[in-house]
Amino acid sequence: MPQISITVNGKVRKARVEPRLLLVHFLREQLLLTGTHVGCDTSQCGACTVLIDGRSAKSCTIFAVQASGSKVTTIEGLATDGALHPLQEGFWEEHGLQCGYCTPGMILSAVNLLKDTPRPTERQIREGIAGNFCRCTGYQHIVNAIQHAAKKGLPKRAKRARRTPKAAASAATGGR
Amino acid sequence: MAAIPVLPKLVGERVKRREDPRLIQGRATYVDDITIAGMKHLVFKRSDIAHGRIRSIDTTAAEAMDGVDAVFTGAEIAEFLPPMPIGTPFPSPPHHSVAVDVVRYVGDPVAVVVARDRYAAKDAADAIVVEYDALPAVVDLERAMTGQPAVIHADFPNNLAVALVPGGTGVDGAMNVDDTAVDKAFAEADVVISQRMMNHRLVPNAIEPRGVVAHYEPGKESMTIWSSTQNPHILRSMIAALNGLGQHQVRAIAPEVGGGFGSKINIYGEDYVASAISKRLGEPVKWIEERSEAFVATTHGRDILGYVELAAKQDGTVLGLRLRLIADIGAYNMLLTAAIPTLTMLMVSGTYRIPAIRATITEVFTNKTPTDAYRGAGRPEATYFVERAMDMLASKLNMDPAELRRRNFIQPAEFPFATQMGAVYDSGDYDKALTAALKLADWDRLKAERDAAKAEGRLVGLGLAMYVEVCGLGPSSSLPTGGWEHSQVTIERDGRISATTGASPHGQGNETTFAQMLADQFGVPIEHVTILHGDTGVVKQGIGTFGSRSQAVGGAALHMAGGKVKTKMARFAAAMLEAHEDDLVFENGTIAVKGAPASGKSFADVAAFAYVPVPLPAGLEPGLSEEAFFEPSNNTYPFGCHISMLEIDRETGEPTLLKLVAVDDAGNLINPMIVEGQIHGGLAQGIGQAMVEEAVYGDDGQLLTGSFMDYAIPRATDFPRFELGATVTPTPVNPLGAKGVGEAGTLGSTPCIVAAAVDALSGFGVTHIDMMLRPEKLWRIIQGGQS
Ligand code: FES
Ligand code: FES
Repeated sequence: MPQISITVNGKVRKARVEPRLLLVHFLREQLLLTGTHVGCDTSQCGACTVLIDGRSAKSCTIFAVQASGSKVTTIEGLATDGALHPLQEGFWEEHGLQCGYCTPGMILSAVNLLKDTPRPTERQIREGIAGNFCRCTGYQHIVNAIQHAAKKGLPKRAKRARRTPKAAASAATGGR
Repeated sequence: MAAIPVLPKLVGERVKRREDPRLIQGRATYVDDITIAGMKHLVFKRSDIAHGRIRSIDTTAAEAMDGVDAVFTGAEIAEFLPPMPIGTPFPSPPHHSVAVDVVRYVGDPVAVVVARDRYAAKDAADAIVVEYDALPAVVDLERAMTGQPAVIHADFPNNLAVALVPGGTGVDGAMNVDDTAVDKAFAEADVVISQRMMNHRLVPNAIEPRGVVAHYEPGKESMTIWSSTQNPHILRSMIAALNGLGQHQVRAIAPEVGGGFGSKINIYGEDYVASAISKRLGEPVKWIEERSEAFVATTHGRDILGYVELAAKQDGTVLGLRLRLIADIGAYNMLLTAAIPTLTMLMVSGTYRIPAIRATITEVFTNKTPTDAYRGAGRPEATYFVERAMDMLASKLNMDPAELRRRNFIQPAEFPFATQMGAVYDSGDYDKALTAALKLADWDRLKAERDAAKAEGRLVGLGLAMYVEVCGLGPSSSLPTGGWEHSQVTIERDGRISATTGASPHGQGNETTFAQMLADQFGVPIEHVTILHGDTGVVKQGIGTFGSRSQAVGGAALHMAGGKVKTKMARFAAAMLEAHEDDLVFENGTIAVKGAPASGKSFADVAAFAYVPVPLPAGLEPGLSEEAFFEPSNNTYPFGCHISMLEIDRETGEPTLLKLVAVDDAGNLINPMIVEGQIHGGLAQGIGQAMVEEAVYGDDGQLLTGSFMDYAIPRATDFPRFELGATVTPTPVNPLGAKGVGEAGTLGSTPCIVAAAVDALSGFGVTHIDMMLRPEKLWRIIQGGQS
């Protein structure tokens, strides 16, 4: 079995994997990063979206071996130093999620969108997330969430993300 | 004493969701995120033909493969798992979780593999060889009713699952039918509208597919089952029954659930098989649905044909309605399958006073995936049929569609109003919702815009639809599971509040809305309240989340349980304060005599006293934990008005939705932000049905739209910004005055969009177009063909 080495959320991960193992299964089942979801088997829904070397990509559509040598950011690695990413904040503020299943992929696609287009129009936002399905929200609050983040601006080239139990803990006690 | 901070009232406020922090950080636990040491994976081998007799199944190659523990065929499963029960009183053919000798739809399971991981299980399923003797596929609904080209279940001649149920005027309890009044209405009419309308088949497609983990522990003789379900308590009862266990031996857990829309009400074959195999092997097993599997293995929605006739006077007064409904329910009866079209029957009077109605329903088996509840479940169909007919009448009478509706509305003073179909509408003010929608949309200006666009040769149309739905299901007489909901509210020893609810959410935000309610009820910060749900080991009893019932029934149970514990807590506080319990107020974290907050006791101190009551006040038991079952006296009937504007490209026939205005009346609202989200989501699914979604079967019974590549899930680019408004007409049937809102968006949107398309193409002589609005269909009309 081939040996791979992928930097995931700032940590180098080495493993021997079957050549046919999908990146999403490597992340979910071997690294137990279950925030990346699987919603289809035809590369349409975008639930599995992660960042590979800073660009959004559907992790169900590439093999783990193809990602060897790259840097992958999953939803678990997006908050930095205990602070939510502006897009995470935007989704919370603007009720950009209901069941939450599409949300990690949606947020990471939006990260890519705002990187390319920091001040997008509503049309550009809708086009930017057209590769991500949401069955719950009708997208309007997602658009608002991305506008919210665009207003705040993305953090300056975030330091390599670390796991941030603090962010989770402080957020979980909030609610208003 | 330090000044007491004033806590804001939260009910009615846009409180941010307490569910979100875990969801936006990828820390939530859905079924597929659960791993148990030693867990095996299941993959089902499914039929790739629509109808056929199984000649042979060869599992030898599969069984020999690396990592494979076992392979079970349907016949082997049937030795230790009885057929699936249904939840309605209608007759039903036997339905095995895994087919035994005949397959009846593409996707019908024929065998199941148990293996080390999902890759190995899938490889092995591919290696199973099944030979079939093909039978003719029954696909066309009206042909199926003649028993052609085949009969699917031997005991159901002509494929009639339900031969004919009559309803409406002149039908008595014994189903005797007297048509006099209806015939008279039609005889006296100046105009009669008559139209065949198809409300087509849809695939629910929650973005999280279904999944189950079952763990039977020998020695403990107990089963824990995690399933992506809307109703863990119903799951528990059924899993116990089919595995020969008592309900006390089964714990069912709905972890984070990624959307349901009705499709996760059912207890599916895969749930039963996973539990039975885990029990048989004594090992935990997991099954996760793939999307292309979900397209055939999870119930579909709608698929009802309606023959509609509407009789009216020249001034627009509706005299009578005839509606013959024929439902294509697919190959089997599932949990609620047969009951869904009866909800269509129940609601065909719409928002109108229709003095004579004859509706009938026939349900037909075909070689397709079974249908069951899908967001709206029967009510969008009713709304669609009656609203389309009203539009056709308006255009025949050359009357404004709003004006025609106004002339026929049930008036506010007439509530409670019993329709000819037997529904008793609780409360309503339909004209208020219509007026609000016309104003929000600026109807007259829109008409002028449409006319100007048409004058330029553009194909622009306007549509308007009213709706009324039946929600808050319901009294126990209306649900075989019981129609109540349960809640238990506990004030912990430190004054924090834990509350359980049987309304198990999957995106509805109950953890937030229910906490808002308790925070207000007890005058404590929302951070001090936790809502627990989705686990029968924690939530003692429950029914579940469907039919827009969480708030109207579950919220009411929570409010009642809270009221009980508050009464008890007041007696403890009264003893501490040497006051009378009726004089106490709970606010800002204290319990005090009215008008004297500074003399009060902190909430936490009273809680502590209740658990160490020395001396114990006379007549009280220690502790603060109370439960309630709320049984509503009736369903609720939310309503509203939706308006749309749509343009069709003359060259390509492609429709574009330009505007969607929705005014919804769901009674009192707990969290308007969450309500808006619910309405947006419903609109998206209604618009999806009208414009892009359609499950299409080929003549051979193959699902031609079996993946996201051929079945269009609406994308963000498909919608304009929705414009919402609200009117508030509380219901008298529960103490909150809340009616429910989860399905509302699917009701008005479909007919109002079709109305707009018909209006846009009025120059081509069309009066009705069946959904979905496929560009090709519209293009043909523009090219001079007929609809
Ligand atoms: S899982 Fe659907 S696109 Fe990857
Ligand atoms: S929030 Fe449920 S799919 Fe998007």
